[in-house]
This record gives sequence, C-alpha cells and structure tokens, in this order.
Amino acid sequence: MPFQPVKFYQTGTYTVGNRLLDPDERSEQASENRSNSINSGHRACQGCGEALGARYAIDAAMAESNGQLIAVNATGCLEVFSTPYPESSWQVPWIHSLFGNAPAVATGVAAAMKVKGRREVRVVAQGGDGGTTDIGFGCLSGMFERNDDVLYICYDNEAYMNTGVQRSSATPPAARTATTMPVGPEPGNVFGQGKNLPEIAMAHGIPYVATATVADLRDLEYKVRKAMKMHGARYIQIFVPCPLGFGTASHDTIRIARLAKESGMFPVFEAEHGEVTGVLKIRHKVGIEEYLSPQKRFAHLFGKHAHPEMVARLQAIADRNIRKYGLLEENN
Amino acid sequence: MANKPFAITLKPGTSLANLTGTWRTARPVYLDRLPPCNNACPAGENIQGWLFHAESGDYELAWRVLVENNPLPAVMGRVCYHPCETACNRGQLDEAVGINSVERFLGDEAIKRGWKFDAPAAASGKKVLVVGAGPSGLSAAYHLARMGHQVEIQEAGPLAGGMMRFGIPKYRLPREVLDAEVQRILDLGVTLKFDTKVASIEQSMKQGGFDAAFLAVGAHIGKRTYIPAGDATKIVDAVSVLRSMEGEDKPMLGRKVVVYGGGNTAIDVARTAKRLGATEAIIVYRRTREKMPAHDFEVEEALQEGVMIKWLSTIKQAGEGEITVEKMALDEKGYPQPTGEFETLAADSVVLALGQDVDLSLLEGVAGLEIKDGTVQVAPNMMTGHPGIFAGGDMVPSERTVTVAIGHGKKAARNIDAWLHGVECQSTPKHEIATFDKLNPWYYSDADKTVRPMLDIIRRQTSFDEVQGGLDETNALFEARRCLSCGNCFECDNCYGVCPDNAVIKLGPGKRFEFNYDYCKGCGLCVAECPCGSIKMVAEDI
Repeated sequence: MPFQPVKFYQTGTYTVGNRLLDPDERSEQASENRSNSINSGHRACQGCGEALGARYAIDAAMAESNGQLIAVNATGCLEVFSTPYPESSWQVPWIHSLFGNAPAVATGVAAAMKVKGRREVRVVAQGGDGGTTDIGFGCLSGMFERNDDVLYICYDNEAYMNTGVQRSSATPPAARTATTMPVGPEPGNVFGQGKNLPEIAMAHGIPYVATATVADLRDLEYKVRKAMKMHGARYIQIFVPCPLGFGTASHDTIRIARLAKESGMFPVFEAEHGEVTGVLKIRHKVGIEEYLSPQKRFAHLFGKHAHPEMVARLQAIADRNIRKYGLLEENN
Repeated sequence: MANKPFAITLKPGTSLANLTGTWRTARPVYLDRLPPCNNACPAGENIQGWLFHAESGDYELAWRVLVENNPLPAVMGRVCYHPCETACNRGQLDEAVGINSVERFLGDEAIKRGWKFDAPAAASGKKVLVVGAGPSGLSAAYHLARMGHQVEIQEAGPLAGGMMRFGIPKYRLPREVLDAEVQRILDLGVTLKFDTKVASIEQSMKQGGFDAAFLAVGAHIGKRTYIPAGDATKIVDAVSVLRSMEGEDKPMLGRKVVVYGGGNTAIDVARTAKRLGATEAIIVYRRTREKMPAHDFEVEEALQEGVMIKWLSTIKQAGEGEITVEKMALDEKGYPQPTGEFETLAADSVVLALGQDVDLSLLEGVAGLEIKDGTVQVAPNMMTGHPGIFAGGDMVPSERTVTVAIGHGKKAARNIDAWLHGVECQSTPKHEIATFDKLNPWYYSDADKTVRPMLDIIRRQTSFDEVQGGLDETNALFEARRCLSCGNCFECDNCYGVCPDNAVIKLGPGKRFEFNYDYCKGCGLCVAECPCGSIKMVAEDI
C-alpha cells in the first residue's frame, strides 16, 4: 500500500507537523525528541541537501529501531563534513569504511551482531552516489545477492561533489561537471545509457527498493520506517540537491528536489521483490525547463547559445518516467 | 586520544565545538506580517487571529478575540460585504476563505450558547453621550463601556439598530439576531434612551453632565430629484419605504413598482416590493451593470427573484399609472448621455433610491464645526472641530456601510478614551503586509470553499425569511482550516524540520520557535519553506 496522506485541509501532510494533528500523526522531524543523528556544527555547505536527507533518514531509522542502530558510512561528502577530526557530528554508533566497501562492512557488522545474539540491533549503510553507483557497486550487488540484513541508503546528488564536482554514473545527461565537456556542440555530460540503480536493485529481487526526495519528508519517513520493519537487503535512494554542484541558491535545495519530482525527472516509487508497488504521484506537473533553469550546471542549455534540442531530449526522459511509472493521476 | 579504546577516536556530537554560525552573511528572523484580510477589514478585526482559534475548534475563544474589535459578529456575518474575502490570498490559490460565513457561525454560536462579554474595566468616572443607536453608536458605546466609562445612548427612534433595522431588510438580517447582539451590549451597563431626539448637542451634554460626545445619527433623509409628475403618481423615497417595513402599516406600492437608482438600497427596495406582492419590480438606472454601485451578488440575487433592471435609462416624467423613460448611451468617457429615445413603463409608484442626506439640525450653533457636502468633517482621530465632540458613521465622509460604521465607533472610542485622559491615542505602526509572494503555497492542501445554502426561490419571492443560510459546526471548522494564516506562524514545524543544521529550537505548543544563531549558517531554507511567510532574511553587519 503506498503512502496515504492524512485528510486534513489546512496543510494535509505536506508540512513537517501541525499543531492541530495528534503528535503520532506528525513526522519524526516535528518531534522535540527526534534523535538529531547529525548534530549541529557539521561542516556541510549552507543549504546542504545531503545533511538534511541523512538526518531525515537516520532519525526515522533510529525511531523505528528504538535507538538500536549502527550506521556504516562510505567515504564521501557526508563522511567528510560530519567528522572533521577530532570532532564528530554523529549521535548514533557510526563507523567509517573505505569509499567502496560500505556494503561489505555493513554485512560484517550485521553478521557480528547476529553472532553476538543482538537480534534487536539493526544496521544501516549509507553513501553518496559515487560510492554507491560507481566505486561500491560490486560490494553492493554482492550484499543484495546474499540478501544480507542491511538497509543501504544512497544520498544521490548526481556527482562527486566533495572533491570538486566530478561526473559519476548518476550524473544526468547535459549536466556540466568538472570532468565533462565544457564547450562544443554537446557540452556537459553525454546522453549515455544511464545507470538506474533502483532498477538494478529491483533486478536482484530484494525485499524492498524505494526512491525518495528531501522535498517529501512524510514519504521519505514512511519508506525508511517500512524498510526498517523488514529484514534482508533493502535499498533506498534519496535525491539530495547539492547547492555547490548544481549551482543553485542555498535556500532552493528543497524547491529543486520538489521540481525534480514534479517534472518527472526523478520518479518517486517503491518496489517489493522486484515489482513496483506504489508511486508518489505528481501533484502540480511542471515542464523540464522549470527544473533545469535555476541550476547553473544546466545554464548552457538556455540563454544566448541555447540548446533547445538537448532540453527536448531531457523532457523526453521525464516523459518516459511519467509513462513508465504512471506518475500522473488519471484525471490530471 | 590515548585513553580511548582501539579505533575509537571521536566522541558523539562533539562538532558542537564548531560554531558554524560564524559563516553566516544573512540571518533568518521570525516576524508577524499583516494578513491582507486584517488589512482590508474596515472594522479592524484581527481575522487571522480569530480564525486561528476557530481552527482548533475553540469557538468561544475565537469569538472573544473577534469581539475585541467588533461587538456584532452575527450581524456582520450577514450584512458585511466582506472586503476581507476580496483581499484573501487563498483567492489566488483556489477560492477565498469564507471568512464571513465563519464569522456568522461564531456570532450565531454565541447567541445560542449565551456567551457574554468580559466585564468592563474599573469605572473611570467619566460620562460619554452617544447620539444614535446605529452600528457606529453601538460600537462606540461597547468599546467605551469596556474601557470603564459610563455611556448613555440617546436614540431618536423607538428601536435600536439604525440602518441595520430601518435600512436592511429582514430577509438579509433577521431582527432577533440584531436584538440579541444589541442586548448583549446593553448588558455591559450601557443606558439606552429611546424616542430621545437630541435637538442641540451642547445643551444635551450640559444637561446630562457628559464629558464627551460621540455623534452617529446616520443619514436617513432620502435624496429627492425633480420629476415632472401628475397628481396621481405616487413618488416615495426608498428610506421611508424600508423604514415603514418595521411599522404596523406596510407601504402600499401597488402591483407595478419602479425603483430609481443603482445602489444597494435600490436593490433592497425592489426585492422588498417583490415580497410585498408586486408583480413587476423594475429598477431604472442610468448607467450599465458594470458601473452600478450595488454589489454584484445582490444584483444577481435580485435578478433570480424576478426583479427587472432597465439599464441606461432615466425617468423623464411620471404620469397616471405610467412613467416615461429616456434611453441613455455612454459617451467615450463612460458618462451617460441622453439619446432622445423615449418609452413608457406601467408604474403604480416610483421609489427614489438616490442616496441619503444627514440631518444636521442637532449641530446648529456649535462652535468650530466644519460641514462640507452635507457631512461633518472630522480629524483623523474622529473629533469634530469642537473639542470633545466626536462623530462617525454615515454622517462623516466615508463609504456608507455597516462595517465602516462599526470601525468608526471603535476608532472614536479609543480616541475619546485618550482625550478623556488628556493624552494622544498612540496607534501601533502596521506590520508589512503578507502578500501572496511571501507564501509557499505548496504546503496547503487543495480545498474548495464551502458554499452556504440559499433559500428556495419561491419562498424568496413571497416571504421575508432569511435568504442565505449558515454553516454548521463541521463545515465551519473545515472553512476555518482553509485559512493560510498569512504572515503569522501556525506552528507547522517546517522551519524546525528543514534546517540542515539543527539550528531551530522548538519551544513547545503555543510558544513557536527560536533560532540558534551559534549554528545557523544562514542558508535561508526555513524562509523559503515557511508556508505562511512568517520568517525573513536580514543581512548581517559584516
């Protein structure tokens, strides 16, 4: 059963909380007792989507596991900004792995807890899109195939942002990075085959795969909590805009995530054992330009030397997502 | 490091040593902006403020916040032309919040449950005379009484309410509703003397030992125009017709009634004539529907009830049983000009609804008064040129509506209070307006306006039963919750949730939030994602 919004006419379930709702109908983030897994003082940029997404996800996992949680963290932005030696922002048991082996380390932690008889302790592994879709891909596939009892969360900001915005296999076509064509007839990332990791995860037939964004907190929390209720290998990919790498204003992080979903560029859905079981429908459909134009990484598509044909190809990708996942309401 | 176990180097949460607030170039601050509804209300109601309590179902508290500014919510919820709804930001989203219908619900609920006003402040020992028991006088009396002054209203007529009783027909304002709200004001200890026409204000003040006076006699003299007429034609004015509706002898207008004018009074009298049994009620108006001063919904309701309107026409002369009208055409400036084309209409009577004049006889001989265009001129503090004599409502220059009159009464009361204490009334500066661009409407659910039930058409044409029904508790709550709370925090927890730096402190129910500037990096996400525009960014001094 997909996410069911609360029928409530002032704000529905769109806001974080609401004084008129029962406390247990509000989000975990509305609670004064949320675990604040990543404490203040971390060194993420202003308006960091990943810092926000990680706190949303790990706070929800902490609440669902009654605080019995171990987090494994691949190398990447999240690890760098949260643990500036000798300080740490984390307020959960946390272990740093290499860039590529977080799934394997998490498998090991889960096995160790099993051997010790600590069945109540749950394991979450997390990494960025570079550590997940490129460097840690082999380990992750292994973890899926063995169905190890780990929830793997990928914070997807579509490039290696921490080292200076280099292209990853999650970088969208036409996006400009430090390592893609700066000029020429087709600047930015190539229109390649793409690498759709949620679908690759689904192809492993694992119990649960989902996508989410930092713009839909209730949906994100619902998916993390649902995943935590299950055992075996689970995968959630959370879209987290990066003001630095996307070239967007720090206050636009959530708006950009919302536009990614509302344009169809980032389909939000969930799947069990390889089959899609629910999608978060588009509420107010927008054209792809509305999503692309606020981002400097796509600035070369607009203006004096515009590339309308590339915008059209990106729109085609969004349209395909809308068709494939059924992202529009019937009467929309 | 040496004392820690193997491979464990970092203590949880130690990043607090890193005061990232030093990165900031702009800081978010909470503020209350002025909601457009409050800004538009002529009575100065805190609409968002009382809707806030109605949203949680605390109707009594909502009513108490409402009546701090307006003592007549059940009347207001029926006769106000709700400029608040015209200004409502929700109108740009789906439809304006039905503020007027929620106000009526609260007013009716108060009458049903017998809620009383809070007791007045300690007696001040000052006496204030209010002349006229219309909306403005009642409002002033209410506010003055709550401030602790001894108030006496002297009313020329036999009943209270002024134009609310003698101008607005019963089908729009049932009299028992008016009586209940007037009685509640009198229960505060206000004295009301009927059939007491003030002949000279200075004399009445001296006789009664009053320290100040508020004049609100209204405008009850119907304007006339010259129409050549034979002896047999009945020409009456609209105010007299509507006034005589309150007496024993209902006006005799005949089967075919022509109403001359284009304001709300013309509509009221045509609809009244229809209910009295007229087969034809025709409004003759010299301009077009777009130019008509009457409110469009009233025109629409009148047309539904079978009232006919002859646009672009003036009455040239009235003969026996018929009148002659001349067709008009608009010139390029939009003014009606005669065309020389005539036609005749059957008419047993002609009712003139051409506006009203003020009876200023009580002011004769008062020093310092300025009278212009038949109205009394007042300073911004509502005081006339004569110290201690204030005036408001229809007798001063302004839009002549009940709501404006109530607003005048409140404003005058505050200034009279200040004047009696020998001080200037300090009005707090208005907050900046919470315009639609300050909101993030994504967060509001789609919800269409609740439509109030209308009486069926046959009963509207034949009886004086109230035309528009009210909301019940379930849909009043729904309607209140459609409020966007523009510019005022409603504790949705968004700022607290969306801060990537945990730099928002939640202070608990009713206490809102606070920023922790030690860690706030100034990204502005809280401002962008605040649904109601209650946070703004302010540049840091660097």
